[in-house]
Amino acid sequence: MGLDIRMPIGLMFSLFGVILTAYGFLSDQAIYARSLGVNINLSWGLALLVFGGCMLLLGMRGARLHREAVAKKK
Amino acid sequence: MNLTAVDWLIMVLYFAFVLGIGVALKRYVKTSSDFFLAGRSLPAWICGLAFLSANLGAQEVIGMAASGAKYGIATSHFYWIGAIPAMVFVGVFMMPFYYGSRARSVPEYLRLRFDEKTRAVNAISFAVMTVFSSGISMYAMAKLIQTMRILDGPFAALGVSTAWTFHVSIVLSAVIVLGYIFLGGLTSAIYNEVLQFFLIVAGFLPLVFLGLRNVGGWNGLKQQLPSAFTHSWQGMSSAHTNPFGVDTFGLVMGLGFVLSFGYWCTDFLVVQRAMAAESMSAARRTPLIAAIPKMLFPVLVILPGMIAIALPNLPTTGVNTSAGQVQALNQAGKGLIPAKVDESTGIPKVDADGKPILDYDLAIPNMLLHYFPTGILGLGLTALLASFMSGMAGNVTAFNTVWTYDIYQSYINKTATDAHYLWMGRLATVFGIALSVSAAYAATRFNNIMDFLQLVFAFVNAPLFATFLLGMFWKRATGHGAFFGLLSGTGAAAIHHGFTLPAGGTVGIKGGWLGAIHTYPSEMAQNFWTAIWAWSACFVITILISAFTRRREDKDLVGLVYSLTERPSEEHVVWYMRPAVLGAIVIGLVVVLNVIFL
Repeated sequence: MGLDIRMPIGLMFSLFGVILTAYGFLSDQAIYARSLGVNINLSWGLALLVFGGCMLLLGMRGARLHREAVAKKK
Repeated sequence: MNLTAVDWLIMVLYFAFVLGIGVALKRYVKTSSDFFLAGRSLPAWICGLAFLSANLGAQEVIGMAASGAKYGIATSHFYWIGAIPAMVFVGVFMMPFYYGSRARSVPEYLRLRFDEKTRAVNAISFAVMTVFSSGISMYAMAKLIQTMRILDGPFAALGVSTAWTFHVSIVLSAVIVLGYIFLGGLTSAIYNEVLQFFLIVAGFLPLVFLGLRNVGGWNGLKQQLPSAFTHSWQGMSSAHTNPFGVDTFGLVMGLGFVLSFGYWCTDFLVVQRAMAAESMSAARRTPLIAAIPKMLFPVLVILPGMIAIALPNLPTTGVNTSAGQVQALNQAGKGLIPAKVDESTGIPKVDADGKPILDYDLAIPNMLLHYFPTGILGLGLTALLASFMSGMAGNVTAFNTVWTYDIYQSYINKTATDAHYLWMGRLATVFGIALSVSAAYAATRFNNIMDFLQLVFAFVNAPLFATFLLGMFWKRATGHGAFFGLLSGTGAAAIHHGFTLPAGGTVGIKGGWLGAIHTYPSEMAQNFWTAIWAWSACFVITILISAFTRRREDKDLVGLVYSLTERPSEEHVVWYMRPAVLGAIVIGLVVVLNVIFL
């Protein structure tokens, strides 16, 4: 199929990561009483950002390999 | 519930991606094979995650957590005895025939191997079942949105009465699922299932982390729960010493063999994901790749339920209506699990002994509300909604394929062009979803009808694995044998149900309608034994009738039966990716898990 699923996955999780990380910085720390004092938005946001970034890198690498394979065939 | 803009942003983004994937894939859907089989072009890891995710409907997520809260780690038997061995079996032994025969669906395999009538029975019962399953999923989701009051905020802002929540939830979920399947077909459903898989992990992993941290890790959890809750095999030697009310034989044969193999090896909903793979080798690896995350899923879905019941009683959080009611229900409940409320009086429901009946299905929702602050709460709720949608979408794609290939093309219009069948597939998606919506509304009115239908499906499904086992591994099995075997299996299931009752059950939908001559310690035990009887009846009758009916010639069965089919060559695949090796690794890991939690 023409669409590499890693790209939308990477993009979506990177966006989620950015949103949660930013919100983790900006939000009132009092809301983290329920998450046992852990700023879970910040830490999990960063984790999602890393995951999303890896997916994007893999997707781009896949596209590059594909282009090279096509070029070789020609 | 207080959702803020950041929660809504996450939810809306997710739905934008879901629909966006459908839109992006539309231009690649040119033939009916693209629409129904994803052009048989997907890599194994994508099919594997979709194979797992298609089954990961909300009944699974909510239900497994509920069971974790009720029975503890023994719930993992559904994974470590149930699903995993069956997934290994279908990948290593059965996929060569499904994929190699070029059948486009499971009923079509039955047509190739046996005959038209066997296919018809399977196709029609399967099509009806998928529509109802998707309807039940839709109903459960709308109910949950209502109970959790997710839409109350926006509705209040718009001045709409919350009485509309249920209807709006149904329509929204129907439109979204319809949108992405209509556009992109099976590829779109599979891609979204992969997305949902990662989302469910992303939403639930931090929940488990916070919950475990709160109770002092696994060891802390052990101290706060009865020991049978943290040892999966404790008391399994007798049906009377474990919470399931089943003995080891019933568990291994009923759940592990008949029900799990019946589901994972013959249900087109999951098998379709493997049929979409790009090669035989990828198709065989699909269920094996799925098995690895599957065996770890108890951490994500069972553990939160166990944590919810282990926590001290916390009357401040909860999803019910007024603050006073929340308090009353939570005080009557245990941990984060509230008591069930009697809708007419608003007071907690009690059982025959006067103890409150707990609403275990609220384990996951209450855990999310308890631990997640706004922000990540949006992510958790989105993950929950995603799981409902993947359950629905899986059923809808299986329905449109079986309807178009096995019913429409086989009995109604045999000679149309491929473009016509593609069009019919899209149309089937529309009316499949319309029927699901009707089923969801039927469930609101006649709860018993749903229970009844699920019972009938259980009767129809239980014997299926015997038919496939004989079909694939015994070349002498005949079409007449398979057909009458299936009917006798279903009959045997109904008769067994009619003669037995679970402890405390009343005659009727619970069984005993032919006169109860045996009582099982639990409903689960009764279900497992119904399946065992159905399977055995189908197995024996198929053999007997096959022995007296004319066999098909060997040359007609090449590619369909084990002994007449060349083994697929795996020589071009690196050794650790070969199905047999992967299968052995998976089985080894699952044995280790069983030993750790013995």
